[in-house]
Amino acid sequence: MSRYFTEDHEWVDVDGDVGTVGISEYAQSQLGDIVFVDVPEDGKQLDKGDEAAVVESVKAASDVYSPVSGNVLEGNSALGDDPSLVNSDAEGEGWFFKITLSDASELETLMDETAYAAFVSKL
Amino acid sequence: MSDTLPDTLPDPLDDLNEGDEPAILQLPLDAWHRARGGRMVPFAGYEMPVQYDGIMAEHLWTRESAGLFDVSHMGQVGFTGDGIDAAGVAKALEAVLPGDIAGLAPTKIRYSLLLNDEGGILDDLMATRLPEEGAHPFGEASHYVVVNGATKYDDLSYLLDVLPDDITMNLMEDQALLAVQGPKAVAAVARLIPGVDALVFMTAGAFEWNGHPLWISRSGYTGEDGVEISIPAEAAADFADAICAEPEVKPIGLGARDSLRLEAGLPLYGHDLDPETTPVMADLGFALSKRRREAADFAGAQRILAEREDGPAVKRVGLSVAGRQPVREGASVVDADGAVIGRVTSGGFAPSVGAPIAMAYVPAALAAAGTPVRLVQRGKIHEAAVVPMPFVPHRYVRAGGK
Repeated sequence: MSRYFTEDHEWVDVDGDVGTVGISEYAQSQLGDIVFVDVPEDGKQLDKGDEAAVVESVKAASDVYSPVSGNVLEGNSALGDDPSLVNSDAEGEGWFFKITLSDASELETLMDETAYAAFVSKL
Repeated sequence: MSDTLPDTLPDPLDDLNEGDEPAILQLPLDAWHRARGGRMVPFAGYEMPVQYDGIMAEHLWTRESAGLFDVSHMGQVGFTGDGIDAAGVAKALEAVLPGDIAGLAPTKIRYSLLLNDEGGILDDLMATRLPEEGAHPFGEASHYVVVNGATKYDDLSYLLDVLPDDITMNLMEDQALLAVQGPKAVAAVARLIPGVDALVFMTAGAFEWNGHPLWISRSGYTGEDGVEISIPAEAAADFADAICAEPEVKPIGLGARDSLRLEAGLPLYGHDLDPETTPVMADLGFALSKRRREAADFAGAQRILAEREDGPAVKRVGLSVAGRQPVREGASVVDADGAVIGRVTSGGFAPSVGAPIAMAYVPAALAAAGTPVRLVQRGKIHEAAVVPMPFVPHRYVRAGGK
């Protein structure tokens, strides 16, 4: 399984043709207390860069863009009961949605973990 | 991922990709905030701490204990008459403030509004009648006024136009302003500054700490008991260290200050109040003193008094929002047919309420508590209901109280 990151601080874990998408540990630390996450509906078709989800902290709402194109398999229903999962485990249990990748070559435009760490260190 | 909505404070993620920053000034406690782990963001032309540990924790800490807020970006203005006495200064101020400024006894504070000729609100402020010269730290001034940071230069420029030449305004940028707010705030401050606990809500007095002159007001904008302390800039960091050494007190950022004042039902200038808004629309009728209403002698009096008589077309109300998703400033209030009939001016998640709340302007017919309304944010409909404000009860310590 490989993990990729966007410059907008989303991550996607790819396992076969299924991607799991969330926001990075760095992004959650910048947002602070997460109070609500609006995840996409099953079956929704997303192009790379489309607005896919909304994450709300106490202060502000932020759009989350899909890092890849494809069809949404499911949103993370656990976030409905406990949006703070994004704070406690952004790159694990706090995932936002799963998506079937329609174009695996899009992954080449994303950063790997090392490149993302270097990107964040310059912010 | 990016911020999409207008908000009181810049979204922290905005900082991530920022290239062109305007000139941002530093306040006296800048290094102090950074050393304490404050995350600094541009606000009202200054770098200000938006949070330390997290907005939720800071908000709840303030409600149960005490928080130190740096509000040094706000404008502290001394008004001095040249050849006219305090009564003359008060009379001049009354041309643009609808409150009974002339009737203020020394050390008394009044919430008031700076109005334009049409009765629109240019700022909201606190005005204090100072005691005799020498009994306060502001030189010869007879009145001390605290205005919003983002509006202070515009306020001064407007006042320069409308006030007579024999009144001098002094924007005291060498004074820091620190608020200590919360149920345990006054006890903590009184340990450092004996006698502060004798002040009651909306009164002020001169004190001293480590040889530094202080002007302390029993006031604030969180709905909690507390004080605001005007202190020479060079003493501010030492005082902040000393007060945060008290076990009840932690530094609190602007993020929690905003959620606290929203829960307290207090309007924020530039969001819930602006020049298109009158005191009656804003539900701030209490700021129109009886004597002034009867005299009808303040800026915009004709329009404001007519509105008061007939009722305003729209009114500021509090809303409880169904579900968990916050509805923010800029969302629309819509009727059953989807037509836009109002707008949300402040909104967010209320940590002490445990649910989203908002302030909005709605048609007067919909302003009664219990009225259901619908809000639209990014195409999504949110059910809401008008509720009385404050959302969290005020805990001011008034004269004759405990």
